[in-house]
Amino acid sequence: MATTTIDPVNERGGFRRRISRVLYQRPRLRLALLLGGPLTWLVVAYLGSLVALLVTSLYHYQDDPTGLVQRLVTSPSATNYQRVLNTDVYRTVAFRTIGAALSVTVIDLLIALPVAFYMAKLARPWVRRALVVAVTMPLWAGYLVKGYAWRAMLDPAGGVLHEVFGHSPGFGVSGTVVTLSYLWLPYMVIPIYAGLERLPNSLLEASTDLGAKAGRTFVRIVLPQLRPSIVAGSIFTFALTLGDFYMAQIVGGTTQFIGNVVYREFSANLPFAAAYATLPILIMVVYLAGARSSGALEEL
Amino acid sequence: MRHANRLAVMAVALVLVAAACGSSSKSSTTSGGSTSLPPAGQQAIGAAEGAVSILAWPGYAENGSNDPKVNWVKPFEAATGCKATVKYFGTSDEAFNLFKTGQYDVVSSSGDATLRMVADNDAAVINTSLLTNWKDLDPLLKVKPWNSVNGVVYGVPHGWGANLLMYNKNVVTPAPDSWGAVFDANSPYKGKITGYDSPIYIADGALYLMKTKPELGIKDPYALDDTQFQAVVDLMKVQRPLIGEYWSDYLKEQDAFIKASLVLGTTWQITTNGVQADKTAPPVAAIIPKEGSTAWSDSWMIDAKAKHPNCAYMWINWITKPDIQAQVAEYFGEAPANLKACALTVDKSHCSTYHAGDASFYGQLYYWKTPTAKCLDGRTGVTCKDYAAWTAAWDEIKG
Repeated sequence: MATTTIDPVNERGGFRRRISRVLYQRPRLRLALLLGGPLTWLVVAYLGSLVALLVTSLYHYQDDPTGLVQRLVTSPSATNYQRVLNTDVYRTVAFRTIGAALSVTVIDLLIALPVAFYMAKLARPWVRRALVVAVTMPLWAGYLVKGYAWRAMLDPAGGVLHEVFGHSPGFGVSGTVVTLSYLWLPYMVIPIYAGLERLPNSLLEASTDLGAKAGRTFVRIVLPQLRPSIVAGSIFTFALTLGDFYMAQIVGGTTQFIGNVVYREFSANLPFAAAYATLPILIMVVYLAGARSSGALEEL
Repeated sequence: MRHANRLAVMAVALVLVAAACGSSSKSSTTSGGSTSLPPAGQQAIGAAEGAVSILAWPGYAENGSNDPKVNWVKPFEAATGCKATVKYFGTSDEAFNLFKTGQYDVVSSSGDATLRMVADNDAAVINTSLLTNWKDLDPLLKVKPWNSVNGVVYGVPHGWGANLLMYNKNVVTPAPDSWGAVFDANSPYKGKITGYDSPIYIADGALYLMKTKPELGIKDPYALDDTQFQAVVDLMKVQRPLIGEYWSDYLKEQDAFIKASLVLGTTWQITTNGVQADKTAPPVAAIIPKEGSTAWSDSWMIDAKAKHPNCAYMWINWITKPDIQAQVAEYFGEAPANLKACALTVDKSHCSTYHAGDASFYGQLYYWKTPTAKCLDGRTGVTCKDYAAWTAAWDEIKG
């Protein structure tokens, strides 16, 4: 009787076993399969679309008095970028948007620091949990719902703020900044809260023992430790405000941000819209490079 | 970074650039209109595909989502078996962008978007022999420069109407009779005035200057040369500080007039109807001022690559039927394209109020159309401002 040797481990289970063996023996293949999907999406969909945007921004339209529409010139030129840099209104809108983004970041930072400090260091455990839920709960409500709620609050004729306080910032840049500060506050609170949780209480006690008052402790001990968290939070608030266009339409009154100009130019002059849209990208690249060189990103 | 990694990154970047360049050049097919024979329209309406995607001005394709009692899409679905998804837009720019995506089979397009859609190869030739109501449509609207090219039909008329000046009767006294009320630098209603949030609104300023400053020589508010355009843009900049909010969503304007945060400005009849229907709202009125008005003449167009062309034709046949036209015309507040609807409106004087079929009244209005570098008033020897220039000016006006 012929005996066939059966390898009990490797031959059992057939196909699935074979795959498992191949993957076990080839760690690099495992890694490639794991990361392949997300990386392909990242490179093709995300980076690819950014490159398409940049390439489109180098095209421009030329007047064609005989035709119905202008002629698209696809040889690269910096016409659109020149228009962005040389025309007053586009510079004004860019500065206005950057100003709004900075204001939202500062406002959220000023609100988030005491709130997060209380949550992390002073609140009792059940209060802390309740506050975490309370801070993140608005994220469950839709963007539009919150926008229109603030529209009702800010309405200069009969809105909630007007009825209760007799005055409302009204629809405009300040109204937009207030609304966006509300919207992005959880993104600032949670990283700072996480950073403060990691901060050992012994540091604070040691600082007090050595004679530092509360303010000095905060500035010299707490803030430097919190820098990565603050940078993380500020990336959210800054970038999200920089790209926002819809809130400007709901509560912004007649004002316009970078996003509104891009949205409008999108149908009439796509290459120009693409060129203007690279502005927030460049600003964020500079911002992130600054954050990186300050070492804050390493500790995230 | 090691050499191998750096090379890999550069290779990926080059591939991306090549791909982006390739795809961008394929999509840049803008042309001044086809020079070859136009494609023949669909030859027959086949079986219903079971679905249709409609892109419509608010009030044109009511499916009960706005007011549960107002619904002429549901009977269409029952009659044809085409399940209709309706998307509403606020400006012609939105319509153009959305229609370009190819996700919609049929769109109600105003004259400032129709030819752009044709030039962009988004619109299909329409075979009018397939349209059951074509013969009853107002001859003022059929085969016109904004819905046809060299006799080839791209758009089926839906209806037309003027942009109106709405005012809060309690606040704005005496009652205004001129567009000057919204361009007056010393207006007592500063901060409570509104305008339409689209570059096409510049035509309203051009119309005002056409009537009040004849020395500028403006003959057509959509044909503006450099000097005329500069004068109009300056006027719009004078108006800018008066504006509380520009509107593109008619419901936001309606809400603002109900709450009286806005008291004066351009509007559509449907918005006025909505304000007047609200019990808490102040009394409002809407007029065509003495200078006349800009207006819109809308046509239904079918996507060149429509996924449901049969249902698209069925929708157009439905929406141009007399009884449906009567419903739409009364709900929105416009003149219907199908004149047989006039006998079927609830308000028997609807058609005379809206001057349906009235050629001389129709001729007094200035319908939205796309400004082009070739002057639309026939002038040669000067270049006019095209829509890209209007858009750039609108960027500047909003500031």
